[in-house]
Amino acid sequence: MKTDTKTKAGTGIGFVLIMIWCLLPVVWIISLSFKSTAETGAGSPQFLPKDATLDNYKTLLGVGTLSDGTEPDPAVSDDFIQALINSFGIALIATLLSVVFATLAAYAIARLEFKGKRLVLSLALAIAMFPVVSLVGPLFDMWRTFQLFNTWPGLIIPYMTFTLPLAIWTLSAFFREIPWEMEQAAQVDGATSWQAFRKVIVPLAAPGVFTAAILTFFFAWNEFVLAISLTSTTDSRTVPAQMSFFVGPDPFNPPYGQLATASVVVTVPIIIIVLLFQRKIVAGLTSGAVKG
Amino acid sequence: MTATAPAPTKTRRAPVTSDRSSAENRLGLRLVAPAVIVMLLVTAWPMIQALYLSLFQYRLTSPDDKEFVGLGNYVTVLGDGLFWKDTVNTVIIMVVTVAVELVIGFAFAMVMHRVIFARGVVRTSILIPYGIITVVSAFAWQFTFSLTNGWVNSWFAWLPWIAEDTNWFGDHWPAMFAIMVSEIWKTTPFMSLLLLAGLSQVSEDMIEAAKVDGATWWQRLWKVILPNMRAAIMVAVLFRALDAFRIFDNIFVMTRGAQDTESSSFLTYRQVIEQFQLGLGSALSVLLFLTVLLLAFLIVKLFRVDLAQARGEG
Repeated sequence: MKTDTKTKAGTGIGFVLIMIWCLLPVVWIISLSFKSTAETGAGSPQFLPKDATLDNYKTLLGVGTLSDGTEPDPAVSDDFIQALINSFGIALIATLLSVVFATLAAYAIARLEFKGKRLVLSLALAIAMFPVVSLVGPLFDMWRTFQLFNTWPGLIIPYMTFTLPLAIWTLSAFFREIPWEMEQAAQVDGATSWQAFRKVIVPLAAPGVFTAAILTFFFAWNEFVLAISLTSTTDSRTVPAQMSFFVGPDPFNPPYGQLATASVVVTVPIIIIVLLFQRKIVAGLTSGAVKG
Repeated sequence: MTATAPAPTKTRRAPVTSDRSSAENRLGLRLVAPAVIVMLLVTAWPMIQALYLSLFQYRLTSPDDKEFVGLGNYVTVLGDGLFWKDTVNTVIIMVVTVAVELVIGFAFAMVMHRVIFARGVVRTSILIPYGIITVVSAFAWQFTFSLTNGWVNSWFAWLPWIAEDTNWFGDHWPAMFAIMVSEIWKTTPFMSLLLLAGLSQVSEDMIEAAKVDGATWWQRLWKVILPNMRAAIMVAVLFRALDAFRIFDNIFVMTRGAQDTESSSFLTYRQVIEQFQLGLGSALSVLLFLTVLLLAFLIVKLFRVDLAQARGEG
């Protein structure tokens, strides 16, 4: 009995620690995003803002009037909004294409017998571990030759490459759980392998595909090395890249509040996705990942 | 052309083939082909390109002076103290972060395994650091440790080695510490979820049996739970170690390599993108690739993990 109370207390403390661990830095950037430039410029080591202000949000999104009565600088908001559009566009297109290709491949791996199956899986695994930076040099050179430098496809193509392994592994694990007999039944009824795939397996596989899409989207949304190396202007720079180059007028005094605001804005989609699809993400990360 | 298959093939429209297995083989190859092509297009081909460029003295600012130097670039790199210093940095970051994450991640996994109330709340919260952009994590922690705007100094001033004016980014070890905190914060959730999956596959009966036999909590942990999670732990370590070895985002945002906090990835990036040393940078790329390959090989051999088997992929 005594150990049980101890275990319960331990779990309770652990629960509180996990919540602090996960949420404190998030609360911190939210708090920082409400601090004015004047406050952070003078140095503001306290956790919460002295006078909370929406100025940073107004400046980045280019809406309303600042608290000193001036209009927000359109140059800042234009760059940020363009970066958001780039991030969304690139991540969504890369996710869509990657998931389509991965679905085809994972179906073949989970359901069909063919030569080179293990080779494909090993290749995917090798690419998942590939040091992305070692591609930066040659890709920089190649992309300039093919006119892909500083364009959306220039980022979408490598993002597909690096999200395919994760998508293929996750999906092939999901596909193995799908009842085999359904496909065979369809084939007995006269469907070809392709028809059985399209009409029977796809609807059953949709939840798995969706999970793979979320994980893929997270990767593309987060990617940084290629985003700073293969772009040069706001035409195709994604938010992480844009943020890392955003120093403001005084290099020794970065605009803490604005960077925190940008951080909050790009974290909002992540939080929404996590809140809506928590179960799917955990399943995707673990179901196929560890079966010992 | 004639059907020789034991069972009569039932094809209504266009006869697919007389031999089911060869049709399956072809369909399989056709379905994986697009994925394989995209994967190779951006990795194998540029890597061959890097191998070729690494044999030249080649600066993008003066492309006409491209000159064949053989293994000269490799000699330059391997003879340079900076390369070794950065490699040591990277290895330190990798070993420390993975070790800390393994311990904290396991503790988190134990808690998540036990928590009955608010299970969804914990899992949702733990996915936030996982999903957050690394650059955002780096900024959040940079501001946390900031001399003028951070809360670490004021909250922890009671510790003997922290004062109100401790400049975390003014010295090598404090800066490395801040970088590692950001890395650990962001990636521990991933580790803990993988470990949780492993933990939930340890048979409760076995733990109960050990308890009945009088095993203490500590003994149950080391003799029953951990050995049965071996595959999960190894997969988590392998993935995280190789990921940590490629550390770049945190360093780029937090220090830009100042105070000797540069990693191997950062050095390669700097040579190629900032200095346009494509020849030398390619040699670094090849070396980085080989190091990761060696590392993966070592971890797999050392712990004898068969990844395909670990993931139930016969």
